[in-house]
Amino acid sequence: MEPITFASALANLSMMAPEIWQAVKETALMLSIGLGAALFVGGPLGIVLYLTQPGQLFAHRGFNAVLGWFVNLVRSFPFIILLVSLGPLTRILVGSTIGPVAAAVPLSFAAIPYFARLVEQTLREIPRGVIEAAEAMGASPLQIITKVLINEARAGLISSLTILTISFLSYSAVAGVVGGGGIGDLAIRYGYYRFQTDVMVGMVLLLVVIVQIIQFIGNRLASRLDKR
Amino acid sequence: MIHLNDVKKRFRRPDGGWFDAVSDTSLSVSAGEIFGLIGFSGAGKSTLLRLINLLERPDAGAVIVDGQDLTQLSGAELRRARQNIGMVFQQFNLLANRTVAENVAFPLEIAGWKREAIRQRVAECLEIVGLTDRAGHYPAQLSGGQKQRVGIARALAPRPHVILADEPTSALDPKTTQSILECLRDINARFGVTIVIVTHEMGVIRSICHRAALLDAGRVVEVINVEAGRVDARSDLARSLLEAA
Ligand SMILES: Nc1ncnc2c1ncn2[C@@H]1O[C@H](COP(=O)(O)OP(=O)(O)OP(=O)(O)O)[C@@H](O)[C@H]1O
Ligand SMILES: [Mg+2]
Repeated sequence: MEPITFASALANLSMMAPEIWQAVKETALMLSIGLGAALFVGGPLGIVLYLTQPGQLFAHRGFNAVLGWFVNLVRSFPFIILLVSLGPLTRILVGSTIGPVAAAVPLSFAAIPYFARLVEQTLREIPRGVIEAAEAMGASPLQIITKVLINEARAGLISSLTILTISFLSYSAVAGVVGGGGIGDLAIRYGYYRFQTDVMVGMVLLLVVIVQIIQFIGNRLASRLDKR
Repeated sequence: MIHLNDVKKRFRRPDGGWFDAVSDTSLSVSAGEIFGLIGFSGAGKSTLLRLINLLERPDAGAVIVDGQDLTQLSGAELRRARQNIGMVFQQFNLLANRTVAENVAFPLEIAGWKREAIRQRVAECLEIVGLTDRAGHYPAQLSGGQKQRVGIARALAPRPHVILADEPTSALDPKTTQSILECLRDINARFGVTIVIVTHEMGVIRSICHRAALLDAGRVVEVINVEAGRVDARSDLARSLLEAA
């Protein structure tokens, strides 16, 4: 093997540009589906978890306990086990267990309860009195959810989504390795199996940059939305 | 305007027993009146006030506001009835992510008002409380007194017949307290809104109330008349509250 110089690494990486771009698109696809599921399934689930707590609008101890237990159950699975054991379900849903869309199934499974807990936690920070004021004005439960809960917690929700996105960028690398593709998969295939350390380092640097960008955007958005 | 008939409210104690926060209380407030609820801490003032808009549901008795028994209404009917009962809080309870104008608009959005009507009414209400120049500010940028003015404008916006105020001045300094009380008196005089105000200070009763109920351990001990700032009371409780002032 030739010694790696900065120039050779750069040349090597630029030659791989189409493949890297493909990997970025795969990662983006896995993440979008997983985050979409988190937002549209995990979000409402988090709101339900919050509203059924003792003292809240739809307080129901039993329902809340069962739902909370179920959420914990899914969350307690190590991601790699979820990934492997959901194979049959993935095949039914997407018709295959390979590719970014298939990998998005276990990602979604993990992301939904994770985000639900983040949402529940964030909503708890809203002062009870503010919700009560809306009740006293005759707001319906739906109005309270959309106009009070989500709007008052919006900065915290954006921060939660940022945390989720970054965690799942790393989960997507794991999912990628077992057939999902993406940046992490590329790093392993070239860097680990073919001993092309420059590719591995290049991909890790790429992930570092992506994480920094996501965090930066998340912080900016959250602080702009926060008027407290 | 408001009739509480033999209302009762009990809470579960941590030890599993029951605690009567309000026991078999009846009270009538006339239209256009400023009515005070006074008593020491834990007397049940807030609970009694919150029974009037059913934030607390009574375990027994009737709550009649504007001729309607609120305890008999369905969820949707109760929400509609509540739009006719404004509420002002000690901790203001404004929406932090909405501007002053958007806070005042909130109850109108809930009641389904049209955009243009909301805009006009919000401007009117901000004018009434003297906050026209703060319309675009967020609550975090306001003083306590200004926040409470927003709270009052918000309560007033849907043209309610009744406003309930739970210690609206307890978080404010004496000077601001006076200006907030004047604001409430002004609203009562100009629009004939019935106001029920909870306080633990006889000074508040003296300065704006027409009548007041003295509460102790979940019961009304005495209903007192206030005339020209003079309190006409007999009970020992009234005397001790007067001394505390
Ligand atoms: N949700 C609740 N659960 C249990 N106990 C309650 C609840 N709300 C009020 N209480 C109890 O009922 C009693 C009356 O409370 P309330 O808040 O009406 O008193 P208050 O006269 O408004 O007192 P303060 O001046 O301190 O506000 C208190 O002993 C309080 O601990
Ligand atoms: Mg109180």
